[in-house]
Amino acid sequence: MPLSVLPAVLAAVVQRPTIKHTMDVLEKLSILTDAAKYDAACTSSGGSRSFKKGHIGNTSSSVAGCCHSFSADGRCVTLLKVLMTNRCIYDCKYCVNRRSNDTRRTAFTPEELADLTINFYRRNYIEGLFLSSGVYRNPDYTMELMIQTLRLLRETYRFNGYIHAKAIPGAAPELVEQLGLLADRLSVNIELPSESGLKLLAPDKSKKAILTPMRQIQSRNIQNKEELVKYRHAPKFAPAGQSTQLIIGATPEDDLHILRLTQGLYDQYRLKRVFYSAYVPVVEHTLLPGKDVKPPLLREHRLYQADWLLRFYGFRAEELLDEEHRNFDPRVDPKCSWALAHPHFFPVEVNQADYETLLRIPGVGVVSARRILSARRTGPLHTEDLRKLGVVMKRAQYFLTASGRMADGLRFNQDTLLHNLILTEQPSLPQPEVEQLSLFLP
Amino acid sequence: MEMVYYYDGSFEGFLSCIFESYAKKEVLTAIYRDEDAVPTLFDCRTVVTDQDHANRVLRKLIKISPSAAELIQKGFLTCMEEKELHLYRLVVKLLGEGPSFLRKLSDETLYPVATAVRHLHGEVHLLKGFIRFSELGGVLGSEIEPKNRVLPLLRTHFCARYREDAFFIYDRTHKEALFYAGGKAIIRPIEGFQMAPPDEREANYRLLWKRFYDSIAIKERENPRLRMNNMPKRYWNTMTEFQDESYFKAESFPADAAGHAVPAGKPVPEILPGCELSDPG
Ligand code: SF4
Repeated sequence: MPLSVLPAVLAAVVQRPTIKHTMDVLEKLSILTDAAKYDAACTSSGGSRSFKKGHIGNTSSSVAGCCHSFSADGRCVTLLKVLMTNRCIYDCKYCVNRRSNDTRRTAFTPEELADLTINFYRRNYIEGLFLSSGVYRNPDYTMELMIQTLRLLRETYRFNGYIHAKAIPGAAPELVEQLGLLADRLSVNIELPSESGLKLLAPDKSKKAILTPMRQIQSRNIQNKEELVKYRHAPKFAPAGQSTQLIIGATPEDDLHILRLTQGLYDQYRLKRVFYSAYVPVVEHTLLPGKDVKPPLLREHRLYQADWLLRFYGFRAEELLDEEHRNFDPRVDPKCSWALAHPHFFPVEVNQADYETLLRIPGVGVVSARRILSARRTGPLHTEDLRKLGVVMKRAQYFLTASGRMADGLRFNQDTLLHNLILTEQPSLPQPEVEQLSLFLP
Repeated sequence: MEMVYYYDGSFEGFLSCIFESYAKKEVLTAIYRDEDAVPTLFDCRTVVTDQDHANRVLRKLIKISPSAAELIQKGFLTCMEEKELHLYRLVVKLLGEGPSFLRKLSDETLYPVATAVRHLHGEVHLLKGFIRFSELGGVLGSEIEPKNRVLPLLRTHFCARYREDAFFIYDRTHKEALFYAGGKAIIRPIEGFQMAPPDEREANYRLLWKRFYDSIAIKERENPRLRMNNMPKRYWNTMTEFQDESYFKAESFPADAAGHAVPAGKPVPEILPGCELSDPG
């Protein structure tokens, strides 16, 4: 393009639909964001919508894990995470939106929400929309509002960015189907990790109402994969799969219970992600931890680390915890814990070990393990090389040898080892919280 | 013979230096841009950029391995101190040892370049998220202050995102801008750039975004250190959510984002492998 044309092109005014915002939308946005913020899921990974003519946006792999900001709590902001409405007919005890809570209620119109999404997207504030909702009138009515919004975005605004939508338990299967054809990812939140917890704290929800749409989404995903093999242009159903969220610390389940549940969800429901959300006491209730109890951030952190080990490191839940060790050691990460419990596995010789074995070394990640495999083909590696390959030596040094030698001057025994590992991790950890379970009523 | 070369600061100029050092069998102890010239005890010479010489060096590099050529091109975009010398030494090694040299990730010649390129990629990745556009007269415009010259690597991403739009990204640090319109993108040096003020509509969306940003944080989990680690302060300067009040006030006159002259200047190395516009549709 000749340079002289530029100013003219840049001056070209593109007409697009306008919605006049009143202060009203600003108010609604505050309320419906505030009510949605406890959901941990905020990622756009797994998207695969490439460019379409006449559309705006893409969700190619280049934007996977793209954070557009970080909020004051340090969490990644990727999607416009809001509720369709915070009106709710249910009364889940742990939730700010429960029927019995005295709070200001409002709802977006589908037009308002679509306009916000597209305009935030154009400004690169977000990668897409994460739409959840309280149950307004009934599950079907709520889902229809959500579907209308998504339809506006996809069809009228030709929005090609990422959409994550929450399927409302109890909604008709046809509506779940429609939602899945518009969204990239669907999720059904389990929230409370046990049926007894559900009965106690979310009396309107049953395990069955949650698992039914999950199963539907799973089998629809499998069916869709086959369709896409046969017809390349078959409509995609939730191509980024489904996820769920578990609330940590509202009910007394231990880490073993939660990790087993997670493993089961990956194995049997093929979930893409399980998110954990440390319970923030938002309401005073005899069945819940008191309002002065801090959210169990360290515990949440350990569970995410363990979840990572399940998804990328080839670990199984039963390797990390068992009947004797029902909770993660708060002092060291789950991989270090595993290594300390399996001294016979170490040290690993980095010039010989295969990929899976390298991944078991604390301080060696997916990237550094691959780099080790590549680098050692040009000649034997020494401990001095490993740091440059991305290995975190202050952890890894105790568990490996390179060309038969450990790092120079390294002295330790079983006791000092644990101590050293605790020290290396400490500075980057969330504050340990007060013991939660003891405050929980029997 | 040991020498210091001066060149015009362009990528082609840098490649011409490499050509000349081989042609004249000279070993370089430093390569400086003309404007950074410092008195030196070594013999020095100014190398005139020669497109043909540059092409020959680049072709040679691609022949060794395309990823070697890419590494050199990207290395040139980084803010590494004395990047020319580091890259020159890397080229010498590559010509001597062949492509397998690229696997020696801990080698003292390769490591600093690979690390600098990793930082470049890191900055590009962060900016894909942190860049904020304003819509001004139908054009999307933004400003950034990166350490590295990231525009060539941001190009593909934003061209795909705003395929049907016109947009620009102005790099305050290196005083150059990426322009895109009608399916074509160019990167050009630009002086004295000033962003137009927002109109009412634009100011309104800025405000909505700020409100969303402030509402999404969970008070009980506040963690300034974690936020800072994830999003270093040096990016905040150009992000909507951290601007002061005046940024959210509309100006009464219509915004005009288009009134800037685009002066001619030295071209930047804008074409990189895997970075060209390709039509995926
Ligand atoms: S159904 Fe959802 S929004 Fe309604 S009270 Fe229960 S958790 Fe809250």
